[in-house]
Amino acid sequence: MKILSWLKDNLFSTWYNTLLTVLALGFVYFLSKGILVWAFTDANWDVIPANLQLFSVGAYPRSEIWRVWVVLYTVCALLGLSGGIWGGLPFRFAIGIGSVGFVCALLPLFEWATRGWIFGNVALLGAFLVLGVNVRGLVSKMRPWILGAWLLSFPWTLIMLRGFGENSVLTTNWGGLLLTLILAAVGIVFCFPLGVLLALGRRSSFPAVKWVSTAYIELVRGVPLITILFMAQIMIPIFMPNVRLDKVLRAMLGITFFSAAYMAENVRGGLQAIPKGQYEAAHALGLNYPLTTLFIILPQALRSVIPAIVGQFIALFKDTSLVTIVGLLDLLGIAKTVIANPDWLGLQAEVYLFVAVIYFVFSYSMSYVSQKIETALGVGKT
Amino acid sequence: MDHLENAPNDPIIVCEDVHKWFDDFHVLKGITTSFQKGEKAVICGPSGSGKSTFIRTLNRLEEHQRGTIIVDGVELSDDLRNINLIRQEVGMVFQQFNLFPHLTNLQNITLGPIRVRKMTKSEAEEIALSLLERVDIVDQAYKYPSEISGGQQQRVAIARALAMEPKIMLFDEPTSALDPEMITEVLDVMRELARSGMTMLVVTHEMGFAREVADRILFFDEGAIVEDAAPANFFDNPQHERTKLFISQTLQH
Repeated sequence: MKILSWLKDNLFSTWYNTLLTVLALGFVYFLSKGILVWAFTDANWDVIPANLQLFSVGAYPRSEIWRVWVVLYTVCALLGLSGGIWGGLPFRFAIGIGSVGFVCALLPLFEWATRGWIFGNVALLGAFLVLGVNVRGLVSKMRPWILGAWLLSFPWTLIMLRGFGENSVLTTNWGGLLLTLILAAVGIVFCFPLGVLLALGRRSSFPAVKWVSTAYIELVRGVPLITILFMAQIMIPIFMPNVRLDKVLRAMLGITFFSAAYMAENVRGGLQAIPKGQYEAAHALGLNYPLTTLFIILPQALRSVIPAIVGQFIALFKDTSLVTIVGLLDLLGIAKTVIANPDWLGLQAEVYLFVAVIYFVFSYSMSYVSQKIETALGVGKT
Repeated sequence: MDHLENAPNDPIIVCEDVHKWFDDFHVLKGITTSFQKGEKAVICGPSGSGKSTFIRTLNRLEEHQRGTIIVDGVELSDDLRNINLIRQEVGMVFQQFNLFPHLTNLQNITLGPIRVRKMTKSEAEEIALSLLERVDIVDQAYKYPSEISGGQQQRVAIARALAMEPKIMLFDEPTSALDPEMITEVLDVMRELARSGMTMLVVTHEMGFAREVADRILFFDEGAIVEDAAPANFFDNPQHERTKLFISQTLQH
């Protein structure tokens, strides 16, 4: 009865609401029927498992694929350790990743060797999680070391994937989800501090710092990301023929410098919301500019703009797909090559849907984590 | 100004012809005065008279454009090192409390000692807890400022300033933002502080507090000191017409 009265109140309260409800239900029915019928009868999903390796790592040579696994193992170990030591949100995050990995290893999506590797990953993550929980109380000041290890994991990843000598893997062979994730991770981790510095610079009382920061932000925001990627790929070699920068590195720089400008504006929004009294109270205690900024202003400013910052991260993650245009084969670029393969002609819908789902899973995860962080920090409460 | 003749001549703050402008508005029009170590001075006057601006120039939250201010032997100038030195010696309590909302009450108090005085965390917390004891809210140590009342917040703010072990305390209308029933608890803390011998400059409209605690009352009007007298003389025998009007108005309620 409760359901009936709810339906009556909310969906069928007047004749036009009834009409709208019926029309909307009809629309949803035909749309979902069309999609489901297509997905279970017409669609040829073989294209996905057959090209899974391409989607994952692109043209990365099969004989060197162990490098990717080493990187994944490093990340899983760090994740487990952090989750164990921090507890709370990182702990649940590690558990979540571990569960996803475990399910992937159980399902017959991948070949046996791959499932073994994934299972090993999950086991390592679990082991380090337990280790982390146990050393939490024993060793004080572990956290800075873990953060340092996370930072070091970036050069480690790049060196590991690239390799040395005759077995080295040129970055032009990096592709698929691997490339997308590397570009996004580097972009996110480096655009953030750069953006904070630019935001502080724009509010600086030193005219030179202020004008340089403002000019940078406005210039970069006035240009599309594609233009910056083209500049990085095509103009730099023309203007500076002696500088030979790696192609992927140039894409990383382009994405990082582009996002930093937007990040700066987000952070500046947070800085402007800090009342003058906070600066005065900090100064009255004898805190100088760096101490005031670090301990009073930034913690409050960043906390209030977490939604905007995460929005920027998600945008950056999706924007990495633009590197296709300068000839890098990220997840979307690989999708295009798969579609162009004569063996899989006419399967655009399947491939693009698959790629869309992957982008969604990562974007939504970021959004979800940010919501949890907001709750944990009490954003919105005064 | 007979009371000054009795005081030991050991000024900790010396102001000489201090002027300040906000754009075209002449806020301070040549303030010349000095304050002794251990002196309790109440500064009052109508709003817009420059009294708040004056005590804010003493730790350079406001810059003065002419004249000299010497605090504890150091002249306030553009030299950042001097400013930070003086700010460590001068505690300030604000009308709006200005506690740091992202830190607990305890962390609000320990921040300065740890980051500026370079104390260890445990030393600073020990001091902070004893100060919270002194202002009678030690049970609120691990709450956030938003979780306690205005009067309690102001007492935390006083403890925060005291944790730096300042030689001088400036109070900028410390009770003006408080509900009437909370004013007493803050004034009690200030009375106790006054008894302990702290040098205090208090901008306030609490005339009862002034009469009871102050060694000296300065009356500001239109950016100048128009009356500077011991409380007894100030209330019973004011010299200036403007002061008489002010006293008759404030004592009505």
